[in-house]
Amino acid sequence: MPVATEQQPIAEDVTLIPKKALRARPLFDPPIVKRALGDSFRKLAPRLMLNNPVMFVVEVGAVITSVLFARDLALAAPIAGFTFQITLWLWFTVLFANFAEAMAEGRGKAQADALRKTKTETTARRVMGGRMETVAATQLRSGDIVIIEQGEIIPGDGDVIEGIASVDESAITGESAPVIRESGGDRSAVTGGTRVLSDWIRVKITSNPGETFLDRMIALVEGAQRQKTPNEIALNIVIAGLTLIFLFAVVTLQPFAAYSVASSGSGAVPSVTVLISLLVCLIPTTIGGLLSAIGIAGMDRVMQHNVLAMSGKAVEAAGDVNTLLLDKTGTITLGNRQAVEFIPLAHVEEHELADAAQLSSLADETPEGRSIVVLAKQKFNIRGREVMEHEARFIPFTAQTRMSGVDLDGRRIRKGATESVAQFVHEHGGAVPPELVGITDRISRSGGTPLVVADRGRALGVVHLKDVVKGGMRERFHQLRAMGIRTIMITGDNPLTAAAIAAEAGVDDFLAQATPKDKMDLIKREQAGGRLVAMTGDGTNDAPALAQADVGLAMNTGTMAAKEAGNMVDLDSNPTKLIEVVAIGKQLLMTRGALTTFSIANDVAKYFAILPAMFTATYPALATLNIMGLRTPQSAVLASVIFNALIIIALVPLALRGVKYRPTSAAAMLRRNLLIYGLGGVIAPFPGIWLIDRLLGLLNLA
Amino acid sequence: MTASGLFQIALYFLVLLALTKPLGLYMNRVFQGERTFMHRLLRPFEVAIYKLCGIDERAEQHWTRYAGGILLFSVATLLVTYAFQRLQQWLPLNPQGLGPISPDSSFNTAMSFTTNTNWQSYVPETTMSYLTQMAGLATHNFFSAAVGLAAGIAVIRGFARHSVKTVGNFGVDLTRSLVYVLLPISILGALVLVSQGVIQNLAPYTKIATLEGATQTIAHGPTASQEVIKMLGINGGGFFNANSAHPYENPTPLSNFLQMVLIFVIPAGLTYTFGKMVRDTRQGWAIFAAMSILFLAGVFVTYPAEQGGNPNLSKLGIESAPTASQPGGNLEGKEVRFGIANSALFAVITTDASCGAVNSMHDSFTPLGGMIPLLNIQLGEIIFGGVGSGLYGMLLFAVLSVFIAGLMVGRTPEYLCKKIEQKEVKMAMLSVLVAALSILGFSAFGSVAHFPKDSYINPPGPTTANLSNNGPHGLSQVLYAYSSGTGNNGSAFAGINANTPFFNTTIGLAMFAGRFLMMIPLLAMAGSQAAKKRIPVSAGTFPTHSPLFVALLVGVVLIVGALTYFPALSLGPIVEHYLMHDGKLFSLLLNPGVVWG
Repeated sequence: MPVATEQQPIAEDVTLIPKKALRARPLFDPPIVKRALGDSFRKLAPRLMLNNPVMFVVEVGAVITSVLFARDLALAAPIAGFTFQITLWLWFTVLFANFAEAMAEGRGKAQADALRKTKTETTARRVMGGRMETVAATQLRSGDIVIIEQGEIIPGDGDVIEGIASVDESAITGESAPVIRESGGDRSAVTGGTRVLSDWIRVKITSNPGETFLDRMIALVEGAQRQKTPNEIALNIVIAGLTLIFLFAVVTLQPFAAYSVASSGSGAVPSVTVLISLLVCLIPTTIGGLLSAIGIAGMDRVMQHNVLAMSGKAVEAAGDVNTLLLDKTGTITLGNRQAVEFIPLAHVEEHELADAAQLSSLADETPEGRSIVVLAKQKFNIRGREVMEHEARFIPFTAQTRMSGVDLDGRRIRKGATESVAQFVHEHGGAVPPELVGITDRISRSGGTPLVVADRGRALGVVHLKDVVKGGMRERFHQLRAMGIRTIMITGDNPLTAAAIAAEAGVDDFLAQATPKDKMDLIKREQAGGRLVAMTGDGTNDAPALAQADVGLAMNTGTMAAKEAGNMVDLDSNPTKLIEVVAIGKQLLMTRGALTTFSIANDVAKYFAILPAMFTATYPALATLNIMGLRTPQSAVLASVIFNALIIIALVPLALRGVKYRPTSAAAMLRRNLLIYGLGGVIAPFPGIWLIDRLLGLLNLA
Repeated sequence: MTASGLFQIALYFLVLLALTKPLGLYMNRVFQGERTFMHRLLRPFEVAIYKLCGIDERAEQHWTRYAGGILLFSVATLLVTYAFQRLQQWLPLNPQGLGPISPDSSFNTAMSFTTNTNWQSYVPETTMSYLTQMAGLATHNFFSAAVGLAAGIAVIRGFARHSVKTVGNFGVDLTRSLVYVLLPISILGALVLVSQGVIQNLAPYTKIATLEGATQTIAHGPTASQEVIKMLGINGGGFFNANSAHPYENPTPLSNFLQMVLIFVIPAGLTYTFGKMVRDTRQGWAIFAAMSILFLAGVFVTYPAEQGGNPNLSKLGIESAPTASQPGGNLEGKEVRFGIANSALFAVITTDASCGAVNSMHDSFTPLGGMIPLLNIQLGEIIFGGVGSGLYGMLLFAVLSVFIAGLMVGRTPEYLCKKIEQKEVKMAMLSVLVAALSILGFSAFGSVAHFPKDSYINPPGPTTANLSNNGPHGLSQVLYAYSSGTGNNGSAFAGINANTPFFNTTIGLAMFAGRFLMMIPLLAMAGSQAAKKRIPVSAGTFPTHSPLFVALLVGVVLIVGALTYFPALSLGPIVEHYLMHDGKLFSLLLNPGVVWG
């Protein structure tokens, strides 16, 4: 029975994106809303609007009806009230879309402001030719050497070249527990703006002013360098194309109407105001207004998971990933082997074995040692003893002896690798029974590690240490498989052990005894087969693979080289998060598709509202098409325009949060979303427009 | 609807279904360069053509060169046909001594036959010499169909291939289309048609005395041989003015059935060829299913509308229900030997495909019955559609469907294992835009343009004077003319005098746009697709062979088509339908001196 781990119970409704977001803010945070309201107006500038062809068309329409309203007003035309209301709602349509975008941006901006506060003016002690000088942090160049002592703020990004220190990185990661930074190895990177809590370090600066991690982070969360992603551009082409088609349909309707009016000798050609209303209702304003908000919100959701995506393209690519490369240690398994079983030899009581193993591990601070103590307590209620009273001498583990243990009350208890302990037994005049080999082999084959326990010349038995697979991973891999994503476990273990763990964790494949080159080759092989690959990494030797992978999630604790090579950085350094990033990428694309479908499907109802309104004066027979029974032509047109505007605002939460996402097959997902957003999109406007029409009647507005 | 009518429609569909796979398999082998049972007989001809034209059979072309080949070939044949018309008075085989044809009509006709439209704004017997008819026009029936088939095959290759730069060789595809597909079926079909009484002779016209004592000239000629390719090549330009309503072209119900089968057989077979070439026949059947649903939906609007007839006649006490002795319904403009079911079926088929041959007058259909042929053309003639062009038109909508709805599965949309990205989407939208702009733009201008009376550009003056009806029906006539031109259909609502420089030129331009500005973007898309890597299929892949996808595809075709043309249609056939039920009809404007083409 495995010992208790940090296993989380899996709820019935498993979603890959946990409810708990690390930097969650309420969707409508009052300060953000306030700022977004102001931005909605600033974004009316035509230069900015041109980025969004659909809403630009609406804005041009609004300008034209504004002029028409001024004319109607000047002529005191009775139609002025109608023109005014249409004009008002057209402006609202543009403002609502701007508001959605501003809301999405606002969350990032608020975060950027918080980050900027940490970017206080610091000074640095630079080592120049053997002497120390104090300079402003902004004067540091790549290659400079600085010394940082306890309590000081690290002035820039760099690598520790000497010393060891605990560093508070909460300014960047939001995580208050300090981390250790030391020279050499994969824990050498420090980030400007973080604080040294103890000891001192000598750091070689690796970035120039304005290019630091903090600077880039601010720019990213703020969306300052936001570029449209490939998929967003393609979608923009579709909706701009549809806008043009509807422009043709509406512009040509004028001559068709002129012909009809002349031919039937009754009615009037629809006014420009009405034609503009029809155009605005038909062009895909819903998706046009929300498209950029969806993209920004997707990036923001990644950020809320404390992952810094270097581009929207990376997030999009995450949704397309076919193969996930996951490191075994820390991602799939807890990272430490745990004692799961005591296997005594013949004529030895399990209790005795547990007791000896526990004694030898009391001073053993390694996770393995501690897990033996825990297991002994669980199984036999053997408590920690005050061994100090017994004049105990603890033998620590060394690479030479490959065992550890304790000498107390004349006993010499050792635990360790099979050969080492067997030799120890021989040295004390004992012999290892052949059954021991059988036990250790069995454990090895199952992917575990045998730890032989002996007391002087007497072998007692074996402790089964096992790589414990993290709770819920099996289910997650199952979900990934359902979505068509293959997981490959990367491990340095031998193939036998790797196979056993792979089977237990439920991954699709594994790469055993993996070298960085093996990993690189695997990525290239997958990519040559047309697959997109995502991986995590932290070491410098991961950097080439991180750069080669389509989605490379680097750990913040990793080296600068790794962080530079990947296209995302996980500030929490939790490699499992790669799965969440994939889910967010998918959700981003799904939200776009859902709102596009919804937007186009909406048009059906609008035709049934506006066309009869336009032409019943010319051809009274067309009143049959007024299936909603809208009261008057003006009310029908106005109700459609109002519905069209309100639906944008109504869908802002959906755009910001993303559509509901369950990990299922593409076929099931398509069926569900087509039903909700396709069929729902056709039906929803009918009651909506009808209701607005009745309200307009009640309020005597049209 | 009558049991006999329903039975004939069902029989037609079953025969089509049965022919789809064998012909599809055959075309797959032909265009992949594999041996077929015709190889021994036809291979020498194929090789001879390659030798003669200097075509390297193994050379592959980038899509731009392929498209260049199509344009060059089309422009060359267009110019030859134009020259034949303009110079026919000096050329042989002109016993009637017919003079040169006007520049605008020559342009319109040359464009019409080059683009596989076969719109005829002239009266053939009194304007075209035998040489012009045979060398200038008849050859186009084969050439334009072969160009379409070649382009269709190139587009399929684009979807089927991966990681390559080429889409095939235009010269090879053109030759194989002619030698292995169009010619053999035409020869066989002509013999069958002759057995039904379709005439085939080179004798001079017969003069007879009628019962009233007047003399009547009965025209005939080599009809059967042209009749087959008119249908098979989805050309539609008849030997006689009355087209397939004429007893010499289409004498019996069996010949009528055969003609309808000939229209759909290549486009239907191509769906299977497509499935075969992309190595997943389910993909081909999905396209076939979407086309079939749209086809049958059209039939079951038009047929009941025609069988229902005009309610105003019923109000006058005229029996319009079918009885044992009379078919009932709206028989105006229909041949009694075909009846209502076969006339409605023919009308839907000829407009689903870009054929344009008619066995009844669409202008005389009830408003809704006539709206379906119009809408079929406006949807892009993708319901089986033209030779090659129907398939690539439907693939365009498949790409759009996949793009819009495919995002909803949370992946960059893919079709047939390849990503649909900017370039594909751009080309798809370009095609849709061109069609909408051409149909709506020209129709809008054509419905209100006002020229001085007796002006060169449009002698009747206002364009409305070219219409035989006023009111919504007149608008339908204009819409139909430009839809037919843009869609390369060639059928007419037969109520518009289109032989004026204005209409000849604008409809000619619409035909050009509808043919080449659709074909070239699709070839570009094919080129882009061919160059892409294949992504392996997984559970995360959007399934494009499922009934759900078929439903989605049908929905996208209908919604995009309906949203684009619904406003215009509502002022044409839709309002006419309601007005008819209100008892308001639109009379023929008798305008002597105008020939209703």
